[in-house]
Amino acid sequence: MAREVMEGSQAVARIVANCDVKVIAAYPITPQTHIVQELAKMHADGLIDCEFVNVEAEFSAISAILGATAAGARSFTATSSQGLALMHEVVFAAAGMRLPLVMVIANRALSAPINIWNDHQDSIAERDSGWIQIYCESVQEVVDSVVQAYKIAENKNVLLPVMVCMDGFYLTHVYEPVEIPPKSKVHKFLGKFNYPYKLDPKKPLTMGPLGFPADYARLRKQLAEAVWNSKKVIKEVHDIYAKQFGRVYGDGLLEVYGDGSIALVAMGSVCGTIKDMIDKDELKDVCLVRIRTFRPFPKDEIVEVLKDRDAVVVLDRNISLGNAGAVYLEVRDALYDEKDKPKVVDFVVGLGGVDVNKATLNYVVEKARTVKSGHVEIVDGSEVSSSY
Amino acid sequence: MGIGLRQFAPGHRTCAGCGSAIVFRHVLEALGDDVIICQATGCMEVTTTPYPETSFKVPWIHVVFENAASVATGVKRALKAQGNNHTRVVAMGGDGGMIDIGFGAVSGALERGEDIIIIVYDTEAYSNTGLQRSGGTPFGASTTTSPAGKKIPGKQEWKKNIAMIAVMHRAKYVATANPAFWADLQAKVRKAYEMEGGTRLIHIYSPCPIGWHVDPSKTIKVAKLAVETGLWMLYEVEEGKLKINYKPKEFKPVEEYFKLQGRFKHLLGRKDIIEMVERHVREHWEMMEKVEKEGIDLPKLV
Repeated sequence: MAREVMEGSQAVARIVANCDVKVIAAYPITPQTHIVQELAKMHADGLIDCEFVNVEAEFSAISAILGATAAGARSFTATSSQGLALMHEVVFAAAGMRLPLVMVIANRALSAPINIWNDHQDSIAERDSGWIQIYCESVQEVVDSVVQAYKIAENKNVLLPVMVCMDGFYLTHVYEPVEIPPKSKVHKFLGKFNYPYKLDPKKPLTMGPLGFPADYARLRKQLAEAVWNSKKVIKEVHDIYAKQFGRVYGDGLLEVYGDGSIALVAMGSVCGTIKDMIDKDELKDVCLVRIRTFRPFPKDEIVEVLKDRDAVVVLDRNISLGNAGAVYLEVRDALYDEKDKPKVVDFVVGLGGVDVNKATLNYVVEKARTVKSGHVEIVDGSEVSSSY
Repeated sequence: MGIGLRQFAPGHRTCAGCGSAIVFRHVLEALGDDVIICQATGCMEVTTTPYPETSFKVPWIHVVFENAASVATGVKRALKAQGNNHTRVVAMGGDGGMIDIGFGAVSGALERGEDIIIIVYDTEAYSNTGLQRSGGTPFGASTTTSPAGKKIPGKQEWKKNIAMIAVMHRAKYVATANPAFWADLQAKVRKAYEMEGGTRLIHIYSPCPIGWHVDPSKTIKVAKLAVETGLWMLYEVEEGKLKINYKPKEFKPVEEYFKLQGRFKHLLGRKDIIEMVERHVREHWEMMEKVEKEGIDLPKLV
């Protein structure tokens, strides 16, 4: 199939239009991407047969697609940063109600100071919500992950909402050659959306009731198990998709690149830079372990690929203030029961759009060789020589 | 079968004399079976759906406090996209959920002219959480966050008028209603049901005996007095034109209404405040009757 050069946001709009989506809600939170604008244009030109709702707030954007999904329509919205933070209350409710929503998150920093550039703080802040989170390396992966997201979310053994996370600017605003899978093939892959518990006057049901403590705990336990168990479906969907569309992203949860004894653990677009450096032998004895699904966290899989390394260097584009980066904390926890655990260190990089370039990565790897396990460092850019 | 019981089963946990439960029975009976209810958090969600039980025999969804109108928007659009143009979608919430915290969602739906019915049952305070002051709380009322103290005699601001705010959004149909005038209430809900396209909003007076410190056997008596004193005007605005549905021959004294309710007891004998409230009522009626008589097209003001 042919590849076209297009902007990341446009590619998202193009694939959403091919997913048989019936309701799209749009709100231009700052920072805005072109995703919903592109969809609005396609809708105005009659290229998508769906309802397009210009809501008055991000809070209503997620509420509207929640309502639409509950009424049996596949739906879509995109958000980022402050918009996702505003949605927070409904983000939790959507997972608790087991509604298979799909959102694209253009990852951006959270205020204050106000900042429109990339980091992962916005979606990391939603990690405990019960949503599946897929972090993408390239625009092509975002396109493929949107299709996979609907397939995973709507699986009757899953019924969980999914966030497809793409780095703001680095992916949303770049132009890349992308292949957009055609509508007929995507429709066939996804099938019709057939939510088993939809709102229907012919079969009345009550959704979103009050849960007293015992019922609440039982239902939350079910939710927790559903998120853990979704790993299997995520991998299966990835494999079937890979067969039909020809693109592989590790095992769907995790990707290992190279075989050095020092593992760089990262998520998102920075992985492209790391791969390039490994290819060019610019990082001595380094391999990349890319986490694709931060939720569910691929704990067993990550232990398997990290336990025999000499050192594990986590790159976090977020920080849990008062402790360390979120990815680091979970990787370190995962390795706790290993006998000869490797050294594990954390570098918080790229906050609020600070470039994570080859110089940064070189700095991080060299520094990692000299520090003790447990080292946590926030790299604000001033440490990095610009003369790399 | 009793009023509304086909749609709203008994056995729920509302308080004795709950005005909202009476309002729900009338509203749901008038709506019938081909509806989907989108409910805001509040008493009427907490008392009716203790998992795994439910009072609702029609499809019903509750998400959070402030998004009933937005959830209804999504439900309606989803039905439309699936070719269902008959099922009516109704957003229901109290004054807290619709006038205060969910006001943005209500305003957004009105501005877009969403094809939904919005029911605001107004208990004039946050009844579910222990009767705190809301934008719907009337002047002078004592609530737990606007208590009548030695210095400040209850709420010192006037009630937010959601019905007229809806009119100024060019809503297709706006009405006020009151459970003491239940035939009028049901007729208005039915009218909203029959209409298609555009947002219909009905603002319903809904006594809360526990919160208002009213004898639970006097719910309807208080509701009736609200109309007879002129404090709660029954009207409708269709395509911008106002019609007042009931005009008391002469207004009963506001004090008669106040003396049945603990929330106003600190105002009994406060001639200055009572006169101010009565003047406010009189001026409101004069203005509204003028609008009706002259056939002023209200949305043209904006």
